[in-house]
Amino acid sequence: MKSASDQTMMLRTPFHSRVAAACELNAWGSWKGYTTPTAYTDVELEYFAIRSTTGVFDLTPMNKYRITGPDAEAYLNRMVTRDVSKIRVGRVGYTVWCNDAGQVMDDGTIFHLGDNDYRLCAFARAIDWLHWCALGFDVTVVDESDEVAALAVQGPTSCAVLLAMGLAGLEQLKPFGLTSFPFEGDTLTVSRTGFTGDLGYELWIAPDKAELLWDRLFEAGRPYIIKPFGSDALEMARIEAGFLQAGVDFVPAESAVRNGRSRSPFELGLGWLVDMDKPVFNGRRALQREQAEGSRYRFAMLDVEGNKPAQHSFILKGGKKVGTVTSAAWCPTAKTNVAFAQIEMPHGAVGDELVAEIYYQRELQWTRVLAPCTVIGAPVFNPPRRRAVPPGSF
Amino acid sequence: MTDSYDVILVGAGHNGLVCAAYLARSGRKVLVLEASDSPGGAAASREFAPGYSVSSCAQWLYQLHPQVARDLKLEQHGLALAARDIPSVLLDLGGRHLSVLGSLAEGAGLGDEDRDAYKQFHGKTLKYARLLSRVFEARPPKLVEADLADRFALVKLGLGLKLLGREDMSELMRIVLGNMYDLMEEHFTSEQLKALLSFDSVLGSRMGPRTPNTVFAYLYRRVGDVFGYDGVAQVKGGMGALGAAMAASAQAAGAQLRLGSRVSSIDMFNGRAVGVTLASGEQLQAPVIVSNADPVTTFEKLVGFRNMETGMARRVSQVRSAGGAAKLHLALKGLPRFTGLDEAQLGQRLVIAPDMNYIERAFNAVKYGEYSAAPALDISIPTVNDPAGAPPGCHVLSAIVQFAPLEPAGGWDGASATPGESHREHFTRLVLAKIAEYAPGIGEQVVASELLTPADLERDFGMKGGHWHHGELSLDQVLMARPFPGATQYGSGLDGLYLCSAGTHPGGGVMGLAGRNAAGEIIRRGAGA
Repeated sequence: MKSASDQTMMLRTPFHSRVAAACELNAWGSWKGYTTPTAYTDVELEYFAIRSTTGVFDLTPMNKYRITGPDAEAYLNRMVTRDVSKIRVGRVGYTVWCNDAGQVMDDGTIFHLGDNDYRLCAFARAIDWLHWCALGFDVTVVDESDEVAALAVQGPTSCAVLLAMGLAGLEQLKPFGLTSFPFEGDTLTVSRTGFTGDLGYELWIAPDKAELLWDRLFEAGRPYIIKPFGSDALEMARIEAGFLQAGVDFVPAESAVRNGRSRSPFELGLGWLVDMDKPVFNGRRALQREQAEGSRYRFAMLDVEGNKPAQHSFILKGGKKVGTVTSAAWCPTAKTNVAFAQIEMPHGAVGDELVAEIYYQRELQWTRVLAPCTVIGAPVFNPPRRRAVPPGSF
Repeated sequence: MTDSYDVILVGAGHNGLVCAAYLARSGRKVLVLEASDSPGGAAASREFAPGYSVSSCAQWLYQLHPQVARDLKLEQHGLALAARDIPSVLLDLGGRHLSVLGSLAEGAGLGDEDRDAYKQFHGKTLKYARLLSRVFEARPPKLVEADLADRFALVKLGLGLKLLGREDMSELMRIVLGNMYDLMEEHFTSEQLKALLSFDSVLGSRMGPRTPNTVFAYLYRRVGDVFGYDGVAQVKGGMGALGAAMAASAQAAGAQLRLGSRVSSIDMFNGRAVGVTLASGEQLQAPVIVSNADPVTTFEKLVGFRNMETGMARRVSQVRSAGGAAKLHLALKGLPRFTGLDEAQLGQRLVIAPDMNYIERAFNAVKYGEYSAAPALDISIPTVNDPAGAPPGCHVLSAIVQFAPLEPAGGWDGASATPGESHREHFTRLVLAKIAEYAPGIGEQVVASELLTPADLERDFGMKGGHWHHGELSLDQVLMARPFPGATQYGSGLDGLYLCSAGTHPGGGVMGLAGRNAAGEIIRRGAGA
């Protein structure tokens, strides 16, 4: 029985009992209405679990939509920018989707679960848009966010942990591959995906098996120093890996209130996800125009001198402001001070030398540094084990 | 080698033919494809019973733009009027009818005060209609991406408003968004006068006198006055003769017309309209496709939602295009007798709508998917002015019947509440009984009848929802927002595809301006040249 004091306005994920028990700092944040830990014990230690052993993240609040029906592929192909027909059954694809103005509404992953059967994982709530997109298509769109519990299991020993848990043959799964295992009378779906840029998997399970899955996982992972991690550690890892975060590095287009605040895929460095060979997809006309007329902004990954994260910094060129930082972190493994910035064209090409205007505080004293920075062409963390098949046990 | 065309135009409705004629005159090679076997669209005639023919959709002519008529040389191509400046008569059960023509209202014991008030009201609204007509004669200006021409048009509109004078301008601003009921209550005491004027504001639409936008709809109708129609006019040979004259004119200008050729899809390649596929499977290509089908049909059925981006499909799905008007045709073995009307008056426009609340109640039904138990009617007996439509001594009665839903529950051929009677039969009987209240004995004169429901109008004339105007004429769906934002100025928002139907600015009503403006815009952009 739930006591009155247990009833809060926040939702709880199916892993909550285990998460709460492990969350020693009692540091909770809100993610899509769910109470989720920003940190369990120590952000650095959690980060190093991701990078050195195995870290576990409860990603249940992620929006998950099931798309089925004879037109499922055609439907997704019209909605997203990349060619969905190239995502075969048993594969996962990262993509973005735009509104008619060619502005990014969100990024996410498409899981091709079976014939005419897809799952779309999205940062933003999208059910209304998904229904509008269904006009003229024979598809069924169901919000299954609350019906699928999910854990990210990330880090160099993650494969070994899952093998120890009994997922035999998992080492053969390729990056962005998808497979499933029987689990206590249910199906455990495993994808080799993640948001850390390292070897890692995501586990998808019915909510009533969630606690059991957590217990089995941590039992199997004990020898491999498995640790749960919160959103703060994830933030460091994803910046190090060069991943954009919707709502942080761009404003989802349909929630942007002010004119000009949204961005196109080209302006986010995601032009590689746009397949202009497709005759029709949302945003195509506008993106075609942008290709002809030029973009307003450029996404730049910056290697910033020093160790002060360039959070919220202005980016200068010749003393003039040419951009702003959207995400920044000192990346411990790469030992690099990384920032993501939106730079006004024509600045921000790879190799461009810029200056970050950083403000930081030490014991109530604010200091300003002008840190030189260089636009880099690739993420600072990208280990071979991320792609290796089999990945090895480390 | 097949013929090649600069422009393929889908639908030989009147706007399509007008557009085709102008495009052909500009030197473009134009092919017009029409699903039915006769041109003209809503300007059509048909034999509905042996020896009896009728204007099967629109029945009066009151807005045809004079420049269009001149440019297309419609008289040379056979257009003639059987009668014009026809008064409107609001029927009274006791025979005390109200007659209105131009600024003159008389009968029905109308007092001097109402008569003068009407004269003033007529003059003032004519001023407003004149302003509107100037906006109608050109493409609607864009507001955000306005080019020089758009800005000029906006300045002109603003100037036009200013030139109305302070008092009239503020009065227009005060009333234009409002409803006819309140406006009538402000101006007149005669229930009959209020009813007749407010009926004009709801004809062909899905609005009652108390619905916002009806004042605009009334002014819209009054644009006909500016175009030279004091009252309504009747086309000799029925409205089909106008369609035929337009077709002849377009053909004389060089356009090719293929009847009985239903377009089943507008074909897209790489996001561009490149041709059409006919129901027969035949495919035809042209660099410019112009659709005279209503916008919803054009985008949803012909192009297909999956061939456009979601935002556009969403806009299309939100266009309000449900109609509320049906048509009743009666074949009569003699001239009916209406209480208090002489024979000559039978050729006039006869209206059954005793008061505004009657119209409002008639409208109420359609809100709930039902037809009016006591409908409002706009009646024409065309054979009085043009006897050729019926065997000697016989007559045709044609009535616009409001209100009827697209489909009542169970469909028009489904069972009504009266045992053994379908909705169609039941509604026909209701309408006939209503007419018989004013024309006793007419029931015995009926040799055949035909009810065209909004569903029939949708099917026969390719008008989504059976709506005359291819989409409600309300302020959220006019000017640059017609048919929807992003598909304004006759472009569709899809490359190679243009729109010219009543669903574009300024709207329907056998005016010809949508077709003319569309052609002007296509020529201006150099498309298909």
